[in-house]
Amino acid sequence: MKKQTKFIATILAVIIIAGFVFFAGNLPTTSMLRTSLQMGVIYALLAVSMNMLNGVTGQFSLGLAGFMTLGAYTYAVLTIPVEVRDNVYYLYGVADCIKNLELPIIPALIVAGLVAAFFAFLIGLPVLRLKSDYFAIATLGFAEVVRIVTASSWLNKVTNGSLGLNSIPKFNSYYAIFIVAAICIAIMFLIKNSTYGRAFKAIRDDEIAAEAMGINLQKHKILSFVISSFFAGVGGALLAMYLKAISATTFTLATATYYILLMVVIGGMGSYSGSIIAAFLVIFSKEWWLRGLDKPQFIGGFQIPLLRSGFRMVIFSVILMIVVLFFRKGIMGDNELTWDYIASIFKRGKKGKKAVEEVQK
Amino acid sequence: MNDNVLHIENIVMQFGGVVAVSDFTLDINKGEIVALIGPNGAGKTTAFNVITGVYAPTNGAVYFNGKRIIENYPHGKMKKLYKGGNLGKYKSVVEPTPDKITRLGIARTFQNIRLFKNMTVFENVLIAKHLKRTSNIFSATFRLNYKEEQKHREEVLKLLDILGLSSVKDEKATNLPYGKQRHLEIARALATNPSLLLLDEPAAGMNPQETEELTAFIGRIRDQFNLTILMIEHHMDLVMDISDRIYVLDFGKLIAQGTPDEVQNNPKVIEAYLGVSDDA
Repeated sequence: MKKQTKFIATILAVIIIAGFVFFAGNLPTTSMLRTSLQMGVIYALLAVSMNMLNGVTGQFSLGLAGFMTLGAYTYAVLTIPVEVRDNVYYLYGVADCIKNLELPIIPALIVAGLVAAFFAFLIGLPVLRLKSDYFAIATLGFAEVVRIVTASSWLNKVTNGSLGLNSIPKFNSYYAIFIVAAICIAIMFLIKNSTYGRAFKAIRDDEIAAEAMGINLQKHKILSFVISSFFAGVGGALLAMYLKAISATTFTLATATYYILLMVVIGGMGSYSGSIIAAFLVIFSKEWWLRGLDKPQFIGGFQIPLLRSGFRMVIFSVILMIVVLFFRKGIMGDNELTWDYIASIFKRGKKGKKAVEEVQK
Repeated sequence: MNDNVLHIENIVMQFGGVVAVSDFTLDINKGEIVALIGPNGAGKTTAFNVITGVYAPTNGAVYFNGKRIIENYPHGKMKKLYKGGNLGKYKSVVEPTPDKITRLGIARTFQNIRLFKNMTVFENVLIAKHLKRTSNIFSATFRLNYKEEQKHREEVLKLLDILGLSSVKDEKATNLPYGKQRHLEIARALATNPSLLLLDEPAAGMNPQETEELTAFIGRIRDQFNLTILMIEHHMDLVMDISDRIYVLDFGKLIAQGTPDEVQNNPKVIEAYLGVSDDA
């Protein structure tokens, strides 16, 4: 494909996507498309940040929920309007150090990311010396520690204990979340295609060879861990903004880490565009397309059996199993959705057809 | 000796009670091709791993271009277990990691090919340029290092051209035929601009024709890139053909050294390779 064609095609694609988001933004607030699109883009950001560490650098971490919690709480504590703080902390009272602390939304998002990144740096130093399963278990442990500490009574005056925080402010505009998430994802794409991104991929493919090529393993692993956690923190903060209320149980292993890991696996380890597609597919089907399965449905006068509240999760799990069994490499493998990739799909199709025709002759 | 590139001094490598390499001393001068041979399990690869910083030796030192890069002595638990010689001669600990050794200008290849499997040939070689970067993560992310990146890409293309790999540069590394994969591994090592190249069995698994090609290839890159080469090899044709000097290891001990002719006629070497009958 020519460079010029690619350029025009990219601009067209961006305009179409922007137009679609604009169309969704003008729908009534009860529209499922409008809400699930916003949720989808937040999960896309989280899935890409997880993919950066698990897929591109090959360090299988299960600590995402911990970094999301850190980001979400930091954001909430920094932005809940001072006037309503007494209402939010009605039971335990609010700590003096945060009583009058209020930041605008964007700086608070950045601080949320930085706090998550700082903790990633602290635990990364010892934890990244571990390999594969042990690394996964250590990060999982970290996430649990974060969850329990946020709910513990000695942080009552900051995190509001098990009551959680509410009245979390959000952007005035519907589109702001899309812009923030798009910027974050774009930065991660840029990192992946830079010389550092190549070094991360080298570490995933072969640590020993990467080290022999002069790549400092520890330094690069920590770098990837910190950057991934930064964006996980921002993603957690965006999710807190979307949900308006959070508690220590909002982000658990099952509801955050595994859920997002699923998107990464379905999309393909190492493919950001795969993660984005999978995030939207999973969110749309879970929140929207499969909703109909939750209430009794009738065909003519006949009631379809089994359809009741919670049944959509059964169907959802079955679909996931099928995907994991038959599409091991996920939707995209470790390719990115570029114009060359799309062109190669069409070529492959043609070649395949030709081969079949020749065999038939 | 001014043109000494690598000087290995009294290296002892002991794993628990097993002495893998014992009192090994080796010298390589600039521009030489030196071969390290010996039966299986003689400790050749262990010696390589000591030079490249994968293992810290139990005792001994390594000098590169006259500068000490590795030194160690038996301490801690090893004090009691130590079986080698030269106890007390070395007193400091200098333990670099493999990436630091590569930075100094020692590149290596591996016995079992270790390419980056999911990357193209071009990307495989481009990885080696990562250590030449002057950019940090921010400038690299926002493409402020554009010129440097461009320069690295051109260098890699040029290198692939010289080594005859430019026709396959967009292929995935694993799709290459075996012989080409070996060439690619050498190309990747060369991209780090080394002055000393360590080849661990470059001809392993190759047929006679491929071996012949490789022999010519190694001689060619030595001249073109001003290299000094140390290699482990089992193919005696290749070794006798291009080596200036040969070191022979057996059970971790150096049993012979010298020119190919000298080594070939050394009774100890013949004994190590063929064994000696009791009634002889």
